[in-house]
Amino acid sequence: MASKWLPRWFFQLASPRWCYDFTGKLIPWFAVVGGLLLAVGIVWGLLFAPSDYQQGNSFRIIYLHVPAAILAQSLYMLMAIAGAIGLIWKMKVADMVAKSVAPIGAAIAILALATGAIWGKPTWGSWWVWDARLTSMLVLLFLYLGVIALNSAIENEKTAAQSTSVLSLVGLVNIPIIKYSVEWWNTLHQPATFTLTEKPAMPAEMWMPLLVMVIATYIVFGLAIILRLRNEILVRERRSSWVKALLTR
Amino acid sequence: MAFATFSEFLNMGGHGLYVWLSYGLGFLTIALCLYVPIIQGRASRKTLRRRIMRDGDPS
Repeated sequence: MASKWLPRWFFQLASPRWCYDFTGKLIPWFAVVGGLLLAVGIVWGLLFAPSDYQQGNSFRIIYLHVPAAILAQSLYMLMAIAGAIGLIWKMKVADMVAKSVAPIGAAIAILALATGAIWGKPTWGSWWVWDARLTSMLVLLFLYLGVIALNSAIENEKTAAQSTSVLSLVGLVNIPIIKYSVEWWNTLHQPATFTLTEKPAMPAEMWMPLLVMVIATYIVFGLAIILRLRNEILVRERRSSWVKALLTR
Repeated sequence: MAFATFSEFLNMGGHGLYVWLSYGLGFLTIALCLYVPIIQGRASRKTLRRRIMRDGDPS
């Protein structure tokens, strides 16, 4: 199909063995850098960032809630894109990536919702409101759970991958809804702190640890995905000679 | 530092329950997301290795 204008590395990615070797090299870097940034971010956010003059110290929940929410959405997009690549180019590795992302995405979505609810109680007096942002994040969790359930319900791996890819892609419309929910509707949840075009609505001592935490969680949960992916590769490619050699070394 | 004493830090200006519950959930999520695939990986590699050693076929 499009092999003339796609770079070689794109098709190299399709090799499970290459993927396994490459991710193996990434693990120590992700672990060390991720762990370090996580420690720095948490200490900074809990101990050194100022408390909010209105919300007090419950504000510090932001250093978990916002990274989790951002990551839950990003991972969904990754899962949908990987699924699409698997559908279009019939790349097994893409399907394996999508399958590996789903449970991590679900866990993070739960974390985002839970920390949000816990933060909401002292701030708004309520654990939950059916406003646009919270509801659409809940839908995101349901989509993740749906993908996981659909995948385990179908025996044939290829059919399972195709069906879950279609489901992920259909659910992709939820992402802009989440993002713009605070602009389109009258919501309780506050609007975005960070935009590409304007200065953050928050002083630097508050958003700098947030940035560190966002990067840290990308790396740490990226590591989690890599670990799942490698397991998936070994199991699916168990009949190939390189896996047999690897396991019996 | 935003807190003068350790007990002030734990108390979080009265919001201690909320903050520590959230951070507890955060740690739990990270720990599980990293730990589960490590354990599953070990178990599946062990099973596959056993099957290969026994009959040469890991299916």
